Amino acid sequence: MIDKTMPSAAAAIADIPDGASIMIGGFGTAGMPVELIEALIARGVGNLTIINNNAGNGEAGVAALLREGRVAKMICSFPRQSDSHHFDARYRAGEVELELVPQGNLAVRIQAAGAGLGAIFTPTGFGTLLAEGKETRCIEGKDYVLEYPLAADYALIKAHKADRWGNLIYRKTARNFGPIMAMAARTAIVQVAEVVPLGALDPETIVTPGIFVQRVVAIDPAARARTA
Amino acid sequence: MDRLNRQQIAARVARDIPEGAYVNLGIGLPTMVANYLPADREIFLHSENGILGMGPAPASGEEDWELINAGKQAVTLLDGGAFFHHGDSFAMMRGGHIDICVLGAFQVSIHGDLANWHTGDPDAIPAVGGAMDLAIGAKHSFVMMELLTKQGDSKLVERCTYPLTAPACISRVYTDVAVFDLGPEGATVIEMVEGMSLDELRRLSAVPLALSPNSKS
Repeated sequence: MIDKTMPSAAAAIADIPDGASIMIGGFGTAGMPVELIEALIARGVGNLTIINNNAGNGEAGVAALLREGRVAKMICSFPRQSDSHHFDARYRAGEVELELVPQGNLAVRIQAAGAGLGAIFTPTGFGTLLAEGKETRCIEGKDYVLEYPLAADYALIKAHKADRWGNLIYRKTARNFGPIMAMAARTAIVQVAEVVPLGALDPETIVTPGIFVQRVVAIDPAARARTA
Repeated sequence: MDRLNRQQIAARVARDIPEGAYVNLGIGLPTMVANYLPADREIFLHSENGILGMGPAPASGEEDWELINAGKQAVTLLDGGAFFHHGDSFAMMRGGHIDICVLGAFQVSIHGDLANWHTGDPDAIPAVGGAMDLAIGAKHSFVMMELLTKQGDSKLVERCTYPLTAPACISRVYTDVAVFDLGPEGATVIEMVEGMSLDELRRLSAVPLALSPNSKS
């Protein structure tokens, strides 16, 4: 019997080593897999490369990883926000390297990795600082920049519901980078509010098919609220 | 002279958004345009974090923090609205499916170059978000801004001195004193506020300006 569910967040991330590259889903805090990140911090690994749209908000999730000094490099589109103080401090201290990627290029580079493409030509960024030194090509009169796929060792994702085969549905704008990161990571680890029996998810509405998911852990949001 | 305030600029932009348009409103000032879209037009608001058919802010206490806009504010979904992932969302822009995007700007050149992501200050932490994708992707990219900075410098310039978001991407600029069309030929004034003259506008902006034969004031 195939069962991708794990007993705990700690068990789900137990093999992530120092120096791993990790995609983390979420746009701001919507879709951020906070409990998986907390388990990663508790595990004690560092020197991580983190791929996320932002560079932490407030104190939880990616912000906590930065606060604890576990991040060597951030690959993101929008690090600077009113509540990104932990990133700001580490960056200004020279402790975190930043690779700034336009948001659509971040998405399409992740998609390219998941889809097995060697590279992509994108119009975004042409003629700007973020394309300096990169190969360009004019195709049918329009200018493009060559960008390479972005893969990762792991993805940490928050979805709404899963079954034991790893099929996923998401909730509202918490979907954001989850489906494409699941495809681009060698091991996609997903926290969900509920694991349901096989057949309970309508196959017409499954967003991420289980082939892209290696591990699932149920994190009951109500239980968290009770202990908070 | 009847300078427009920010609400009035937003209302002016909203007037030009037609029924059926797929529209992305950038973070900050452009977000205000949503408040002035006429109720009798069906207009589809896109948010790059995965929404079409975005609705207004929820009542206080009704926020769902898994339903937010690109500025990370709580929003709602209209009947008929849809959610999708970031790959699809940016394909909507890059693929030319979005009709209109409205962006803020640090500077816009008379040829439509846009600078709105980075001042180039070595101490600044750069952040680009979706600005570069939006600027090049929509069929029509508009800027709304006050013509002058707080220091009195024109934000409509011959050449941007700040790092570019994208070259030759903006076709129209709505400001507090005039509306300009931009293109390879330069800037054309298509509308001025009551009491503004072309000479005064040339003095304020310090850029070459043509006057549209159909201009209104």
